[in-house]
Amino acid sequence: MTSRSLSDLPPVGVIGSGNFGTTVANLLAKHRLVLLYVREEKQVEAILRTREIRGHKVNKNITPINDLGHLARQCDVIFPIVPSAHFRTMMKKLSPYLHPYHVLIHGAKGLDITLPKGQTIENVSKLNRSHIKTMSEVIREESVVVRVGCLAGPNLSKELSARHPAATVIASPFNEVISIGKRLLRNDRFQVYGNNELIGVELAGVLKNIIAIAAGALNGMGYGENARGLLISRGVVEIIHLGRALGGKTKAFLGVAGIGDLVATCNSPLSRNFQVGYKLAQGMKPQEVFDSMDEVAEGVNTVRIMKKCADFYKVRAPITATLYKVLFEELTVKDALDYLMRYPLNIDIDFIE
Amino acid sequence: MEVIEKKNKNKRYKPILDKIPDWPVYQLSKNRKEFIEEVADHAFKRIKEMRPTRKQLVDELEATVYREQQRMKRNRWRIDPQDEPKFWAKIKEDLLDVTSKPLDDDLADRKEDEILKRIVHRYAGEIAGNFKPSSYRFARGVIQFWFARLLNATRVKKFGAIFRNQYTLRDKIQIVGKVKQLRSLARKGTIVMVPTHLSNLDSILIGWIIHALGLPAFIYGAGLNLFNIKIIAYFMNSLGAYKVDRRKKNLPYLETLKMYSGLAIEKGAHSLFFPGGTRSRSGTIEKMLKLGLLSTATEAQRNIYLKTPAGEEPRKIFVVPVTLNYHFVLEAPELIDDYLSVKGQDRYLPEEDKYGSLQLIQFLFKFFTKGSNISVSIGRGLDIMGNYVDEEGNSLDAQGRIIDTRDYFISNGQLTIDKQREDEYTRMLSQRIVAEYHKIHRTFASHLVAFVAFELWQKKHPKLDLFGLLRLPEEELSLDYPEFRKTCKRVRKQIYRLKKEGKANHATHVKGKIDLVISHGLENVGNFHLKRPLLMDKKGNIITKDLNTLYFYHNRLVGYDLEKLI
Repeated sequence: MTSRSLSDLPPVGVIGSGNFGTTVANLLAKHRLVLLYVREEKQVEAILRTREIRGHKVNKNITPINDLGHLARQCDVIFPIVPSAHFRTMMKKLSPYLHPYHVLIHGAKGLDITLPKGQTIENVSKLNRSHIKTMSEVIREESVVVRVGCLAGPNLSKELSARHPAATVIASPFNEVISIGKRLLRNDRFQVYGNNELIGVELAGVLKNIIAIAAGALNGMGYGENARGLLISRGVVEIIHLGRALGGKTKAFLGVAGIGDLVATCNSPLSRNFQVGYKLAQGMKPQEVFDSMDEVAEGVNTVRIMKKCADFYKVRAPITATLYKVLFEELTVKDALDYLMRYPLNIDIDFIE
Repeated sequence: MEVIEKKNKNKRYKPILDKIPDWPVYQLSKNRKEFIEEVADHAFKRIKEMRPTRKQLVDELEATVYREQQRMKRNRWRIDPQDEPKFWAKIKEDLLDVTSKPLDDDLADRKEDEILKRIVHRYAGEIAGNFKPSSYRFARGVIQFWFARLLNATRVKKFGAIFRNQYTLRDKIQIVGKVKQLRSLARKGTIVMVPTHLSNLDSILIGWIIHALGLPAFIYGAGLNLFNIKIIAYFMNSLGAYKVDRRKKNLPYLETLKMYSGLAIEKGAHSLFFPGGTRSRSGTIEKMLKLGLLSTATEAQRNIYLKTPAGEEPRKIFVVPVTLNYHFVLEAPELIDDYLSVKGQDRYLPEEDKYGSLQLIQFLFKFFTKGSNISVSIGRGLDIMGNYVDEEGNSLDAQGRIIDTRDYFISNGQLTIDKQREDEYTRMLSQRIVAEYHKIHRTFASHLVAFVAFELWQKKHPKLDLFGLLRLPEEELSLDYPEFRKTCKRVRKQIYRLKKEGKANHATHVKGKIDLVISHGLENVGNFHLKRPLLMDKKGNIITKDLNTLYFYHNRLVGYDLEKLI
């Protein structure tokens, strides 16, 4: 396809120029012109000059811009890929420019928490589904857009850039959104699957971060593949129990976005979540670990939230609960592991008839 | 106890369209024959799309014939046409003719199509309403005149009062909510009214309300079973009802029914159907709606956008949720029995009605002779996506910005038809309607006392499940008044809070001194049942004579998370 015919089609928008955002923009740029929203004005010039963002090459079909209104007017299809902590703020800014014909496919893996004024996750008396929103729910709350989807799956930016074979899931209740996503992202090295369980797929992407911390911890203790196999399989069970309490369907957790993503994350020592676990197992104090990282790993927050949630819904979540003690109550990784190995309930699978 | 209710402010509304010939429903019935043809035609095409291969179509036809014959054998009603067995026997014969003989494909196709056409045409005729201005006026007059006579005879206890006009139906039935908006929207677009459904009386009541609000007659989907009761059948026919036969679950019937509703809405006929599908057996506010008829509103709106020529303003469809509320539901004991036996034993219960014309008149008499008010809440208008609309009919987002509803059907700059997308839209709309029901439903004192009493008994027997509890002999159940009073107060406080948050509503009589509210509740809760569901004994304790029925009235307050306050 030449760039001349590309310009006949409306461009696709990407919001967020982090690792994943840039990677997605590059994937999209193979098929379409892309408008990439970056937060800082001067970054726009830098990208135009260097054609690079933090070491990632930027495809020539990508135009960096700093104007959300312009992006929304030009693009019917937008991929918001910003960290969950900033997601709602970003949506509030974008919302005035959005119309019901827009399609939003987000790539954020985290939860949005709204608590009564002056309360924190620690001191709030109970935490349940009414306080927790997935990113697609934030989009629905903040804008008139209904055709919403998400990107999830084992999508390590580095490997995607290097064109290793990989796959992603586009989840949406709308088949239309899935087929748009497929059309825009698919290439000979990148397979795209569809799934109608949006909430389940979003939760799978969030909850796996808990298990990634645990995987890092096992690795930091010097344990090998048996231990990891044990963790991943028990991790799936725990994710499913927690995910169902929040309204996800079992099906979503068993696919590419569930097990696929989980296995990839548990084997990638470079991910932030893995690093947290690894450093803790090496004997660093939690606060030292947090200080040593430029950004808080999503998983740490997820553990805080899900621990409280598991209490409310009376879900058995031993890995989450023990990690919580390690992260916030000074339990050592070794004691945590001893505790888990003695955990009395040991039915293998109890979520499928 | 009348004093507790705020003085009724209901006023008389002028009709928004003066002459019946201007009414869309009249236009429809005037061209009844053409309309039936059109419905049958579209339904035929739709079914052919859904069953594109010959084998699929034959399977569908065979299944339809089989089911119809089973229905005629097992569950035939008085209203069913005489020639029915003959018609289906002929269809069966013809179908056999096509399938058993080796015919060339073309001929076979044509014969099957012809059979399908005959079936949908018959269905379209069965469904179609028959609105006649003369009988509409007559029925309306009868309802008003006799209701008023009864009311005056019983309220003013003097001989001769029967001829007075001191009280009217308006005093009996409280209409609250967005009346003004509804009237304004009915001028600007097409209304699809979706009320909750508790009693067979609803159908007549809502017909009267529509008239009282000065709106032209609506077409509405009423269960065919209602037409078995002659007196109701008469009113239904004259008020513009079309018939929904819930025994027929076959594809040709369902598609014809949806097509009827959809095309009527598209043509601008204000419509009404009960989206719960049937009366709420358990007494709860509808939580799950039937999506079939609801989807016709979405589809009609899309068609209007597709067909309206550029430059013309497309007519908008407004969905208006309505809740009907009673202290007393005539059928409550039977409804809850149905519900419990289905829930308890999982066995199928054919729909049957134990009330004939006589019972209904008896009920009406009771209804007017004793003080038992009915409340009707009109919800705020929604567009077909569940967005609120303003008085002008503009859809608004949460921030109050105007949305163009047409944009929901746009893909890549083009208006497109996407069945799966619209199914999802319908599902979203149904959830919005359910949320609105809970918001506008007005809690009565009688629901409050029923809820609190039942929950307290449940709490006192934590080991018993629902069925265990219901099996307890009524004599063993008694509540101390002080405890009951305290809990009522607590629950009421939470209802106030929910109202503030915009999640619930209550009747004005719920306010005031709690003792008065409780005695109002006790006096009214299911007050005409043979066995009273809740009352106070001589020692001042709260007792029940019929726990099942109490459970029914209790269920009106399920869905607000009030259980945790008990």
